[in-house]
Amino acid sequence: MSEAHDHPHEHAPSGAEGGYYAHRIRAMEALLIKKGIFTSEEVRRQISYMESRSPENGARMVARAWMNSEYRSLLLSDTKAAALEMGVDASGPVEFITVENTLEVHNIIVCTLCSCYPRAILGRPPDWYKSPNYRSRAIREPRAVMREFGYEPPEGMSVAVHDSSADLRYMVLPLRPSSTDGMSEEALAALVTRDSLVGVSVPLEPARTG
Amino acid sequence: MTPRYAPGDAVRVRGKDKYGHVRTPDYIKGKSGTVAALFGEYRNPEELAYGGDGFPKKPLYKVSFSQAELWNDYEGSASDTLYIDIYDHWLEPTGEEE
Repeated sequence: MSEAHDHPHEHAPSGAEGGYYAHRIRAMEALLIKKGIFTSEEVRRQISYMESRSPENGARMVARAWMNSEYRSLLLSDTKAAALEMGVDASGPVEFITVENTLEVHNIIVCTLCSCYPRAILGRPPDWYKSPNYRSRAIREPRAVMREFGYEPPEGMSVAVHDSSADLRYMVLPLRPSSTDGMSEEALAALVTRDSLVGVSVPLEPARTG
Repeated sequence: MTPRYAPGDAVRVRGKDKYGHVRTPDYIKGKSGTVAALFGEYRNPEELAYGGDGFPKKPLYKVSFSQAELWNDYEGSASDTLYIDIYDHWLEPTGEEE
């Protein structure tokens, strides 16, 4: 195994980019590998696992739920099982919850303490999700935040904020846009944006033809 | 540990007398809400953060709060809600003291 050799050199040209924390992480990683806590191959595998996840997984799950009420029930009651049914293995210690938007309630997700996010399904969160700005404002002025993302809930709809501060990770099942009758599951999935899965906005309206 | 609360129970989040690496953000400390759901039992993050095994596990609840009660000059509807996941030992029954 390649990790057996000594480490007088650096593996990647990592020093040039990144600031203090990037350097610190590299140093800690190198130490942990040297101590045999994990191997560089495990780090590589984990990075490639994370990079294989994307919001498209969530979009496909949402589109399936719009088409199929049985799948919708599964998504709302057991998100992990629903992910697996779409070929997304989200097994692991973390629990997932899908909250459903209705005509009465619009849901929005935040982690005020850090950046908890359903990574095993959607991949890494966007940078804004981790920003102190979003984390502090999503709880106290969610409607202003949504306006900045181009969305304003209609009159009479309440807003529910979910602060995922503990062991659960949240995803939103948005409302199906109007005038999407007869669209294929694949075409529906293309309307589901990452923003709508976090709840800062809603899915795209289908492009008008003719 | 047996859950001390059930959905519908009025609870208050403990105040700033509790310290450490916790999963209870400052803004919700001392606030009164309602238990919305019981998620089951999870390892105690305050033990895990300091190299412990996290046992005994703690019940974890979803607790709801009225946004209009949480924030001064909140912009939104009176039914706007904030949900947050709080462990059992951070909750106390409303009206238990004072």
